[in-house]
Amino acid sequence: MASETELTPTSYIDHHLTYLTTQVSKGSFWVLHVDTLITSIILGVISFGFIWLVVRKATPGVPSRTQAFVELAVEFIDNEVKNTFHGNRHALVAPMALTVFVWVLMMNAMDILPIDIMAWITENIFGMHNWKIVPTTDVNTTFALALSVWFLMLYFNVKVKGIGGWMHELFCTPFGKNPLLWILNLLFNFIEYVSKPLSHSLRLFGNIYAGEIIFLLLGMWAATGVSGTIFGAVLGAGWAIFHILIVTLQAFIFMMLTVVYISMAHESH
Amino acid sequence: MNINFTLISQAIAFSVFIWFTVKFVWPPLLRAIEERQKTIADGLAAGERGRHELELASQRSSDVLKEAKQRASEIIVQAEKRASEIIEEAKVAAKEEGNRIVTGAKAEIEHEMFSAKEVLRQQVAEIALAGAAKILRREVDAKAHAELLDTIRDDLK
Repeated sequence: MASETELTPTSYIDHHLTYLTTQVSKGSFWVLHVDTLITSIILGVISFGFIWLVVRKATPGVPSRTQAFVELAVEFIDNEVKNTFHGNRHALVAPMALTVFVWVLMMNAMDILPIDIMAWITENIFGMHNWKIVPTTDVNTTFALALSVWFLMLYFNVKVKGIGGWMHELFCTPFGKNPLLWILNLLFNFIEYVSKPLSHSLRLFGNIYAGEIIFLLLGMWAATGVSGTIFGAVLGAGWAIFHILIVTLQAFIFMMLTVVYISMAHESH
Repeated sequence: MNINFTLISQAIAFSVFIWFTVKFVWPPLLRAIEERQKTIADGLAAGERGRHELELASQRSSDVLKEAKQRASEIIVQAEKRASEIIEEAKVAAKEEGNRIVTGAKAEIEHEMFSAKEVLRQQVAEIALAGAAKILRREVDAKAHAELLDTIRDDLK
């Protein structure tokens, strides 16, 4: 809770939506959200470290429970990739899909942790007054992932089709090769290339951010009295259970779009 | 909604995690899974092969059994034939033996009869001699009349 200011609904929500920032250099761009970065890196290190520890001792014989669990996740993702991407998926696309899915899932799952308890912990144990624990409610995170995928998409477009082939695709699809249609095709493709990273990142951001806001509103309800606390707790539990679905589904959708965009770059129209 | 340097740092973190997964997580797990798949496929193939071999073996055993049955029935037929042959042979041998015995017996009987006749003849001669002696009321010298006696005996034959 924001202790130094009067506790109003606005200050409560403001507090929970404020990043721990640090100025890297001059200018409004050179600001770093320390909480987003540190939380996401810790989550990544924990999850990939866990998977790595399991995989390092992976046996082709009868797998242990943890190995079977990791294999289950990996084979699930590998199957999804296999159905979409028809190339050597083991070189980059499948491991990348695993990375995206696990990392985004972990970052999304932070949303389920009780927001005020986590705020109390970060403030009173780690001494951070502002610490947003859900990295995917930061539009920078989702854009970072989506733009990385976007650049990989451009890279594979050029690598697979060559500059000429890609240009041909930009000018001659989807409407036809007629020179009169070149401008139209280019415009259409331009819109497509712009909309891909936007929809990719904003879908994830919007879903998780909205979930966070619902939790904040339910938390605020608890401040109105006993009945508000009860209703807030019950509805909060319900929303958290429903959120398990959203968290997983959004991570899955983000992964699938990643795979689809990159496999689209591999296939000519 | 402010885009800032966090984006770049997150992108770097993202690429590091991708690199880590591509390099260290994916290959060993894939290797383990593929090796296990191969083991399972081998096991299934071996099972299939075993089933096939079992089928062959059971077919072979039924063949062998059939052949053995056939051989056995052949042997039985042969044995029966042999038995009847032996019986036939025995019958023939018995008949021959019987004939032989009968012939021997007949010969012996004849021989006996002959010797009995001889004895009788001798006795008849003696009786005749004794009769003659009585008739002549004197002793007939057997030695002196041996020639006569022999003649009489030969006549009685």
